[in-house]
Amino acid sequence: MLKVIKSFSRKILQALFGRKDNIRLGFYGPPNAGKTSLANRICKDWTGEEIGAVSKIPHETRHVQFKEKVEIKYKGKKLTFKLVDTPGIATKIDYEDFLRYGLRKNVAKKRAKEATQGIIDSIKWLDDMDAVIVVLDSAENPYSQVNITIMGNMAARKIPVLIVGNKIDLRKADVKKIESTFPEYEVIGISARDGTNMDEFYEALFRLTKKI
Amino acid sequence: MKKAVNRKLRGLSLQVLTYSEIKELSIVERVKKILSLVLGNKIVLLHGRLRPEEEARLIEDTMAMVDHIKDFKGIELAVIEPDLRKEGMLTKVKYGIARRLVGDSSALTVIGPASIIKEIKRDPKKIELLLG
Repeated sequence: MLKVIKSFSRKILQALFGRKDNIRLGFYGPPNAGKTSLANRICKDWTGEEIGAVSKIPHETRHVQFKEKVEIKYKGKKLTFKLVDTPGIATKIDYEDFLRYGLRKNVAKKRAKEATQGIIDSIKWLDDMDAVIVVLDSAENPYSQVNITIMGNMAARKIPVLIVGNKIDLRKADVKKIESTFPEYEVIGISARDGTNMDEFYEALFRLTKKI
Repeated sequence: MKKAVNRKLRGLSLQVLTYSEIKELSIVERVKKILSLVLGNKIVLLHGRLRPEEEARLIEDTMAMVDHIKDFKGIELAVIEPDLRKEGMLTKVKYGIARRLVGDSSALTVIGPASIIKEIKRDPKKIELLLG
């Protein structure tokens, strides 16, 4: 309830003074889609620092990570964001899946325990977002129940969303498949790893903020 | 290995949950009811679909349980519903009215324990054990 009141009063202030300052921009999606890689790319572009570590092992991000006052400039305009990088959302966590990556059993179990709490935190943070970037792996099938649940929750909360199809540098990448799965949303294909299409991403991000 | 799979699937059953059974329940109660069935090794066939907020709550509560219940790895969730994108306006309106009157009964939501679904995926023939 308190969150709703805070969010409402913030929107009133924004409407009165016309300022969108420190926009809370969330990075959501399934595990290993590249949420932290994208957040890192943005942070490095505009602050010179990274937000968190990345890994091939799923659930590397197990705590919500922040970067305050990230000032992004595009075509003479300037916006300040608070980047909120969230753990990947999943319906199941099995420590045995981590063993395949060479983790020891006790390390894998600890990782699984932290990952479950991370998912709970990701969902709780949804109510605090002004806008959200949903990051999907464009080489994976976008039609998964987790993705549908994520998008459904954004729509139910009326949060403006931009879908990013990451990893377009991969041979199997198919951004059109994401577009046809979620036709009502804007989709931008990028590679957070090598920075491909980041200009188009920033342009889309500024368009997204107009919906707040 | 085969014996282990058989042992895991033994005692598993399908539970049909009609929309009217959960219609009057709050989000918390709905999720609690579904999870109690799943924790009892049941695959739940829910007539209708959960709202996005309910799906999110289901994931939250599932994760809290993964952390506290031994050998519980989570759930598999799938919604099967008619694809109305290519249907005409009349059909869409018909579904819309039905949804308002009796809830989203055109969909079927399947929710099951992740470890069991994993075993079935590994060897689909094992589903015969459930139906036999």
